[in-house]
Amino acid sequence: MLPSDLKPEQFNGYPPEARKLVTGYVPALQRLPLSFLPSLLREVIEYDFKFPAERRALEKELANLNSLSSGQIKDWLQGFAQIRLSAQLEHSDWINAPAQFVEQLSSYLWTTHQLDAFRIAALAYADRLRAIAPPVRPPVPRLGITIVGQGVAAHDGPLFRKLRAHGAYFSAVKPENGLDLLLKVVAARGKAHPVPYGHWYIDGGEAAPHDPALTCVSYHALEPVRAALSAKLRAEIERPGMGPEALRTLLAQMRPADLGFARAGDAVMDRFQVKMLTEGSGTQIFSTTFAQWTAREALRRAQPLTLLVRFAPRQRQRPMNEMLSASHDVAELDPLGSLVDADMGAYYNWLNLQRLPGAEQSSFLVWFEGHNEAIAIGPSLPRGTTSNAAAGLEQLLSWAS
Amino acid sequence: MEGVPFGMSSHFSLLSAKDRARLAAGRGLAPQELAQQLAWTRREFLRSATGVVLGSSLLPSSLIAAAGISASKRKVVVITFGGGARDQETFAPEGQENIPRLMRELIPQSTFFTQVVNRGILGHYVATASLATGVYETINNFASLPPEHPTVFEYFRKDLRRPASDAWVVAPSNGFNRIGESSHRSYGPGLGARVILPKHLLTAATSGGGTDYEHLLRDNYETPFYTPELGGNEFALQQLGMMLKLSVDDFKAHARTLSSPDELSVYIVRQLMRQQAPSLLWITMHDIDIAHAGAYSLYIDGIRRTDRLCADIWKTIQSEPEYAGKTTLFILPDFGRDSDDDSGGNGFQHHRTGDALSRTTWMMALGAGVREGVVFDRPMESTDLVPTLGSILGFSASLAQGKPISELL
Repeated sequence: MLPSDLKPEQFNGYPPEARKLVTGYVPALQRLPLSFLPSLLREVIEYDFKFPAERRALEKELANLNSLSSGQIKDWLQGFAQIRLSAQLEHSDWINAPAQFVEQLSSYLWTTHQLDAFRIAALAYADRLRAIAPPVRPPVPRLGITIVGQGVAAHDGPLFRKLRAHGAYFSAVKPENGLDLLLKVVAARGKAHPVPYGHWYIDGGEAAPHDPALTCVSYHALEPVRAALSAKLRAEIERPGMGPEALRTLLAQMRPADLGFARAGDAVMDRFQVKMLTEGSGTQIFSTTFAQWTAREALRRAQPLTLLVRFAPRQRQRPMNEMLSASHDVAELDPLGSLVDADMGAYYNWLNLQRLPGAEQSSFLVWFEGHNEAIAIGPSLPRGTTSNAAAGLEQLLSWAS
Repeated sequence: MEGVPFGMSSHFSLLSAKDRARLAAGRGLAPQELAQQLAWTRREFLRSATGVVLGSSLLPSSLIAAAGISASKRKVVVITFGGGARDQETFAPEGQENIPRLMRELIPQSTFFTQVVNRGILGHYVATASLATGVYETINNFASLPPEHPTVFEYFRKDLRRPASDAWVVAPSNGFNRIGESSHRSYGPGLGARVILPKHLLTAATSGGGTDYEHLLRDNYETPFYTPELGGNEFALQQLGMMLKLSVDDFKAHARTLSSPDELSVYIVRQLMRQQAPSLLWITMHDIDIAHAGAYSLYIDGIRRTDRLCADIWKTIQSEPEYAGKTTLFILPDFGRDSDDDSGGNGFQHHRTGDALSRTTWMMALGAGVREGVVFDRPMESTDLVPTLGSILGFSASLAQGKPISELL
C-alpha cells in the first residue's frame, strides 16, 4: 500500500488523541513519500503518551506539511522521493506498525547503500522545518545539575576533564548538605515556573526525599519492573525461533501494564520509563547507563527547564575467572568505575542540554558528591578557569546563571 | 547550537542527525573531507607522540622481495581491534594513556595508515566478513550466514593448495561460526578456514553452569539478551584435544585464571601457533564492544586490555620459531564508534549513525617486509586488506573490490 491510498478509517487502531490528530491531516499525508511517512506516523501513534514539547513540535510539523502546495511538497521531500524501497516494505503494515517499518527501513538503507542519501534528505528536511517553525525558547534559562561519585571516599585521577574547557573548576566547594540544597533549588524553580514535566530529578539509585511536584525517575523504584522485564525476556528467549530482531520487536511492544505498572498511574511517565528499559541498551544492567540514557531522553523529549541527575554506584562487572567460579553472591558495587561512567555521563548531560533552544543562556553544574570539586558553566562564568576560593553550591549556581 | 534540539525533527533521531562536522568543523563539510581531517589529526598525534615519519608512496617498492622471504614461507596474522574504539580514547593526546603498548612498542615498528574507510554496514559480524572477503557484504548481521563472496581463506587455500590446517580464525562469539567459508559456488565448502570459538569451547568443556556462566557466555554486546545456540560440542572438544593438544581439565583450569573472553582467545591463539602454526591466522577481538552496555569505564578497560593483548601476540610472533622473522602482522578495527557530537547517537556507546568518525579507522602493519615508523594518510578502504594479503602471500583475490596497498608491496 502507498500513502496515496490512505483513508481516515485506517487509523482506527490509533489511541484516541492520536487518531483525532491524524485524521485531520489525511489529505496532507497522502502526498508524502513512503520513505518519509512512517517515520512521522511512528511519532503520531505515540501522541497520547508524549510530553507537551513533543506534542507541540508534532502539531506544528503536521500543520506545516498541510500548508505546503504540491510543488512545495515535491521540493521539500525530493531526497526522500528518490529513495528506492522494496516491495516487502511497501506491503508491510506501516500504518499500524510504523516503528517496525522504520526499523526494517533502517536495515534496508544500510544494505542497499542508501543510508547516506537518506541522511542528506533528512538533514535538508529538518533544516527547512526549523526555518519555518523555529523551536520555542524557554520562559526561563534552563539549569542542568549532575551529581557524581556517590559512595566514593577518595579519587586520585582528575575529574571533569571534558568539561573544564567550558566552565570554571572549583576545588574548594563546601559540600555540607549539598544534595538537599540542590534538590531545594530544583523544587524552588518548579514552584516559580510551574510547567508540566518541566522540572526533573533522575536518580541512578534510590531517590532522596524531594518535592513531589518534581518529575522523578529512579533506578531503585523500578526494581520490580526490571525484574518483571528480565523474567519475560528469559521466557521469550527460550521460545523456538526467537532471534534478536523478534526480541527487539517484542521489547518495543511492551506496555506499562505488561510490566506491572498500576493502571491509574501517569500514562506518559509510565510509558517513558518502560521505554528507558526496553529501548535503552545496558539500562537494565547498569544504573549509570540508566541515569545517563534517561537524562538524554528527558532532555530530548520533554525539554525540561530544570534537570538534576544523581549517579549512583552500579553493579561491578565481574571478570571471567570470577564468573567461572559459579558463585552466586549478591552483586557487588563498583563506586570507582561508576565515577568514571558518571564523569562521562555528566559531559553527555551538558552536551544534550546544549542541543536545546536557549542553550546560550543555560547553566550547568556538576559536583563530586560529598567532596570539594565542582564545575560550573554558564553565560557569565569564564571558560577554562580554576578557582580555589571556598564557595557553597548555591553560590556556584548563582554565578553560573 | 541554538534551535537545534537533537539535530532534526524528532522522528529521524534514531537514524541520523547533525553530524560531527556541523558542530566541530562548521556546516557543509562532506564526509570525505571529515575523514581526511580525521586522518591528518591522527597522523599528527602519531608523529608527535611516537616520532614516526610521514611516508611517501614514491618510496622504493618491492618490500616483499626485499624481505628475502619466499611467499610460500611467509605467514600473516590479522587482528581486528575488538569492537571499535574512537580516537579520543586511543590516538588523541587524551587517549594515548589507554594504548601504551601500541604507542611505545608497536607503532614505532609499524607502517601506519590513518585513513581506512569502511563504506559498508557497521555491524560487527557483517563488517568482519567484509574485511575477510574484500567486498562490502550485505548479509544479516545477526543471522548465522556465511559471507556471499569468497573469503581470504578460500583464495589462500585454493590458489596455493594449502591444507585446512594452514588457515584459522579465532573469533569471539557463536555468531562468527560461519566466517571462515563463503557460500560462493566457486569456493565455499571444504576450502575455508577452520574456525575456533573459544567461548564455545568453554561451553563444551564445562557443559552447563549457572547464571554467572550464562552471563560470561553472552554472545554479542549488540544483542545482549540473545545467544545463538551452536551444536557440535563433541567436535569442539576434539579441537581441544587433537589440534590444540590441550586436555579439558587444563583448558578449564587456565580459563579460570583469565579475566575476559579476549584473553581466552589469545590463550587459544598461542596454542594454535605452537601446535598448528597456520600461515594465515585471523583473530577477532571483542572485549571493547562492552561499550554497548553504556559503561564508559568498562569500554576504557576493554581498550587497555586489547592494547596489551595485541602487544602480547606480537611478542609471541617474535618468539615462536615458526613465526619469527617471516610474519607480517596487521591490526585494524572493523570500524569506529559514534562521535559525541552527533546527536543521533549516544557517543561512545554505539556505532549506529554511520557518521565519518564511525567509518574512518586505521590500520597498522608490522613485521616481515614492512617499513618501520612510517605513517600514511591517504584514503584507502577496509576492502583493500584482502588483495594486499593476496599480494603478500601469492594468491589472487579476484573477486575482491579493494586494491592492494602499494605502500606494503
